[in-house]
Amino acid sequence: MSMDVKMAWRNLRRNPRRTLLTVSAVAFACLLLIFMLSFQFGSYDTMINAAVRIQTGHFQIQNEQFRERRDIRKIISNPEVVGRILEREQGITAYTFRAEAFSIVSSGNRTYGALVIGMDTDREARVSTLKDLVREGQFLADGDKDQALIGRLLAQNLKVGVGDELTLLGQGFDGSVAAAIVRVKGIYSSGQDDFDRAGMHIPLGYFQEIYAMHRAVHQIVVIAESLKRIPEMKAQIQSRIDHLETRENLTVLEWSDIMPGLKQAISMDLVSGLIFWLLLIIVVAFSILNTFLMAIFERTREFGVMMAIGTEPSRLTKILLMESMFMTGLGMVVGILVGIAVTLYFQAHGIDLGGGAELLKQYGISGRMYPRLSMLSVSLGPAMVLFVTFLAALYPAFKVRGLKPVDAMSFI
Amino acid sequence: MHVQIAWRNIWRNPRRTVVVLTAIVVGVWAMLVMVALMRGMTDGMVDNAISTLTGEIQIHATGYRSDPVIDHRISDPAAVKKSIDEILPEDAQSTSRIRVNAIASNARHSTGLTLAGIVPKDESYVSFIGPEAIVKGRYLNFEDKNGILVGQSLAEKFDTHPGNKLVIMSRDTTGETASRAFRIVGIFKAEMEATEKQFAFVHIQTAQQMLKLDAAISEFCIILADDSRLESTAKSLADALGSDFEVLTWKQVLSAITAYLELFDGFMLLWYVVIFIAMGFGIVNTTLMSVFERMREFGVLKALGMKPWWIVRDVLTEAMFLLVLGIIIGNLLSVVVIGLLSTTGIDLSSLAKGAEFAGISRIIYPSLKLKDVATANAVVCILGLLVSSYPAIKAARFTPVQAMGHV
Repeated sequence: MSMDVKMAWRNLRRNPRRTLLTVSAVAFACLLLIFMLSFQFGSYDTMINAAVRIQTGHFQIQNEQFRERRDIRKIISNPEVVGRILEREQGITAYTFRAEAFSIVSSGNRTYGALVIGMDTDREARVSTLKDLVREGQFLADGDKDQALIGRLLAQNLKVGVGDELTLLGQGFDGSVAAAIVRVKGIYSSGQDDFDRAGMHIPLGYFQEIYAMHRAVHQIVVIAESLKRIPEMKAQIQSRIDHLETRENLTVLEWSDIMPGLKQAISMDLVSGLIFWLLLIIVVAFSILNTFLMAIFERTREFGVMMAIGTEPSRLTKILLMESMFMTGLGMVVGILVGIAVTLYFQAHGIDLGGGAELLKQYGISGRMYPRLSMLSVSLGPAMVLFVTFLAALYPAFKVRGLKPVDAMSFI
Repeated sequence: MHVQIAWRNIWRNPRRTVVVLTAIVVGVWAMLVMVALMRGMTDGMVDNAISTLTGEIQIHATGYRSDPVIDHRISDPAAVKKSIDEILPEDAQSTSRIRVNAIASNARHSTGLTLAGIVPKDESYVSFIGPEAIVKGRYLNFEDKNGILVGQSLAEKFDTHPGNKLVIMSRDTTGETASRAFRIVGIFKAEMEATEKQFAFVHIQTAQQMLKLDAAISEFCIILADDSRLESTAKSLADALGSDFEVLTWKQVLSAITAYLELFDGFMLLWYVVIFIAMGFGIVNTTLMSVFERMREFGVLKALGMKPWWIVRDVLTEAMFLLVLGIIIGNLLSVVVIGLLSTTGIDLSSLAKGAEFAGISRIIYPSLKLKDVATANAVVCILGLLVSSYPAIKAARFTPVQAMGHV
C-alpha cells in the first residue's frame, strides 16, 4: 500500500463520525435508487403482463385492414394454417382464435350495444385470464352452443343474471341479419370498466354459425413465454406468414401496437421517474459537496502545515480525491448490499399498496406489486451516485491547491 | 438576547453558513418543484374529468347513479330548477341534460355511445363542449332539431363528415325502441380520444321528443365559481330537494380520482422525507462540525455558569435561523422556476396516448399550492430541528475542563 493510500485511509479514521455520516449519505442514495428503480421496472412487467392477459395477448395476428376499421369482412379465412406455424415456433405458451362483431343486445325491455366475441373455449382459458374473472356462474365449456358470458357492468345495465335470456342482433359476414337468443352462463368482472361494460363472449363455433363466418376468424391471440423476445418473434412469425399462400394480407401486431396507450404510459412514467431521480441526485450531490467542503475548511491548518513541509499541491489533491473515493466506495458497497437485500425481500413478499390497489385494478393489476431486481436497476443508480460524488469531490480537492501555507497555518 | 447571539454566531463563519444554506435551498427547491409538477398533473386530470360532462355537482332522480337509465328521470325540472337557483350563488353555472345509452350507426358501421341532449348555450359554460371544441362544421344552435355533434375519432372510424346522416337508436320512456336519423352538423375534438368516441350531442328538445320524455331530463349539472363551497352547497341542495333526488359532488362521481388524490398526499409526504434524509446528512455533518470547532467556547460558557439546556437552545436557535433562511430562499427560487415552467406548460403531446391512458391532460401546468408549500416547509423545519438536536445535545454535554483543554 502506497504512502498516499495509507494517509487517505488514516485521515478517514481520524474523524469517524464525519466519515460515517458521509458514507451513510452515499449508502442511502444507492439503496433508495436501487429499490425504486427495481420497483419501477417490476411494476412495468406486472402492468404489461396483467393487461395483455385480460384480452390482447402479447401479440395478435390479424387481417391488415381489420385493426383500423374493425370491419367484420376483414377476416383470416384459414386460421388453422397460421396455427400450425405458431405451433412450430419456439417460446410460445399458447394461442387462441377469436372473432368479433358489434351487435345489439337486448333483455326484456333494455337494449345496449356490445362487442360480441366468439372464442375458442379450450384455448381461451390458456391464453387469457377470462376464466378466472368469471365471478358468477361458469365459464363456457366445450360443446356449449347458445350460451354466453357477459361483463358485470353490461349485466347490470341489462338487468340480467345467470340463466337469463338475451337477444342478439347484428350484421353477418355476408351482410345478412345475424340474430340469436342466448342464455347467460357466467358474468365476469375484469376491473377494466370498458371491457366489463361492452363485452360479451360466445363460443367460436356458434359465432361463426350466426354471423355466417364459415371457418374464418378475426384475430389469433398469442401469449409468449417472456416479454424480452417479443420483437424478435414478431419478425420471425411475420416472415413465415408472408410465405403462406393466403388470400388476405395478414399482419402480426405486438401488445404495444394494440395498446399504444400502455406503452406510452410506461415511457411517461419513466420520464417522470427520471425527473425524480435527477432531483434526488442533485440533493444528494449538494449534501455530499457540503460535507467534503466542510472537511476541507476544517482542515485548512493541516493542509498549510503539509504544504509548508514540502507536500506538493498535486499530492494533496490526490490524497483528498482518494479520501472521497474511499468514502463513496464504502457507501456504495453498503448501499448496494442493503439495497439488494431489501429489494429481494420485497421481490419475494410483494408490497401491499393498500389504498392504491383499488386504483390499479383498472390496469388489471390485483393486490400486490413486486419489484424486480436486474443488473440495470442495481447498476444505474449507484453509477449516477458515483458520477455526482466524483464531481462534488473535484471542487474542494482542487481548491486546496490555491492555499498559501502561511495564511493557511494562521487560519483557526 | 440569545436570539441575537445565535444570529451573530451563524455569520461568524459565513462560508460554512453559505454551504449549509445551499444544501437546504436545493432540498426545498427539489421538494417544491416535484410537488408542483405532480400537482399540475392531478389538477389537469381533475379539470379534464370535470369538464367531460361530470361537472362539480350533479343532481339526478334517486336511483340514477346505480342504474343510469331513462326510467330514473327528473319529471318536473322547472320546480327543481327553481329550488336550485335559490341556493346556488350568483356566479355558479348550471345546465340541464339528457344522457342515455344509445346505438349509433350509418350504412357501414355501428357502435354504442352516450347520447347527450344539451342546452347548447348553457352547456358550453359547464363542460368542454362548445363552439371552441368544434374542428369541422359548427356548434349546435338553439333551433337545431336534426343536428348532431360527433367526436373526431368516431367520425374517422365511421368514415363520415358534416352533412352526412347518422342514425341513433335508444329506448324511450314507454320501453319501445326509438330511432331517429340526424344530420352531422359538427365534429368536436376533446382532450381524450375516449371522450370523442363516447359522446354524441343533440339539442335537448330533440332528445326529449325522440325519447318521449316531454319536459323531463336526466340531470342537472353545476359548476361553482368558488371551489371551497362545494360541500356546503351540495349539502344545502340535498336538504332542499329531499330524498327523491341524488345530489353528488365530483368527488363522489369520480371516486377513482378522489382515491388517487388521497394517495397522492401521502406519496408527496414520502417524497419530502426522502429528500430531507438526503440533505439531512449534510445538515447534521455541518452542524456537528461547527459544534466541535467551538468546543472551547462552549466549555468557557459552561465554566461561567451557563446551564446545559441554554446551550441546546442556542445551537437549536442557530439551526432554526439556517433552516428558515434556507426555506425562504428555496421557496423564492421554486416560485421563479415554477413560474417560468407554468407560463408555457409542459407539453406531453408526443406521449398523448400515454397521457390519455393515465388519464392526464396533454399539457401540464405546474401549480404550487399553499398547502403543499406549507407541508414541505413544515417537514424541513421539524425534521431539521430534530436532527440538529443531536449536535446540540452533544454540545451541552461537554464538561468545562475537557472542553477547555481541547485545542
